[in-house]
Amino acid sequence: MNTQELHERLRARFGEDVGPLLEEKVDSSCVVLPSRIAEVCRFAKKEVGIELDHLEDLTAVDWPKRAVIEVVYHLFSYRHRHALVLKVLSDRAAPRVPTVEGVWKAANWFEREVFDLFGVEFVGHPDLRRILMPDDWVGHPLRKDYEEAGGYHGISNVRENPLVELRRLDERARAALSPKASPPKPATPPAGPEPA
Amino acid sequence: MEPPRMGHGDVGGDVTLFHTSQLDSLINLARENSLWYLLFGLACCGIELIQTGGPRADLMRFGAIPRASPRQADFMIVAGTLTYKMALRAKLLYDQMSEPKYVISMGSCANCGGLFQLAYSVCKGVDKVIPVDVYVPGCPPRPEALTEGLLRLKELVRRERWADKRRPEDGAPPVPPSR
Repeated sequence: MNTQELHERLRARFGEDVGPLLEEKVDSSCVVLPSRIAEVCRFAKKEVGIELDHLEDLTAVDWPKRAVIEVVYHLFSYRHRHALVLKVLSDRAAPRVPTVEGVWKAANWFEREVFDLFGVEFVGHPDLRRILMPDDWVGHPLRKDYEEAGGYHGISNVRENPLVELRRLDERARAALSPKASPPKPATPPAGPEPA
Repeated sequence: MEPPRMGHGDVGGDVTLFHTSQLDSLINLARENSLWYLLFGLACCGIELIQTGGPRADLMRFGAIPRASPRQADFMIVAGTLTYKMALRAKLLYDQMSEPKYVISMGSCANCGGLFQLAYSVCKGVDKVIPVDVYVPGCPPRPEALTEGLLRLKELVRRERWADKRRPEDGAPPVPPSR
């Protein structure tokens, strides 16, 4: 079954809740209403003939100009070897999307990653917490307006250009090697050869 | 025979200094040929670290055996990109090693953040959390380069004035005089 037929089947079942198919060379996608996504996914997984039983990827795209965060679901079927991409648009100010963790267990970590990096809250997720960043990290890094906090636990996040740093160290070493007039201590005999 | 080293603490006369420096050499000879390292391979440099311990560029012939526990290690080879999340653990492991301890920073990422200097989650160099003795550049450094780094560390150990080590004052961090 190709992508158009899959889309037709979904449309037949869910009507206008499934948007029109956006045709691409690869990965044609359709937009689904956030409130129906869990049902759509359950239907897509269980329905004989569709059986999209493999959630390949669950990720997100931040569109600040459109004021949405798009959550993207890449679905694949091992039995029928067809694929489909679903998209859910969530409001950027308060992004909340129902979880599909009940449909595919793989969504558990995918949704944790999207929560960690974009801040999308998945309603009904059993264990929604950060997965990649440290637990006490502030901010969601993959948002377009993310700004670093300026260090973490006292470790600063700026460093001089290593070439500049090394040049400065070289200059200092060169200056130290050149003969300097240093008064010898009165009690000790003249210094022997310095260890290289 | 090394000339006697002068000028550090007037402990008795020339004879004592002469013996002390010979003792230094003997102790350091034993120490430098049995430096055991803590395996801390984090990323791609970890592969090169493993290869340097492999048969072609053998690290073990210098007496450097990999240990998994910081309690049994003399020095730590930080091989790979250090993230902020890992930097706290690296500090913890470094603190768990007992004196005298050294750090070899292997690869660009451990030296200065490397390829990922602009990333939000990368600690720009391991010397932001622990003091480093030898920096080995490379991405990743060849086994020969890491071996050279180990030889530099051995040289550093050889030059240490063992007799001048004192217990630190209460509250002061223990830092051997070579640093």
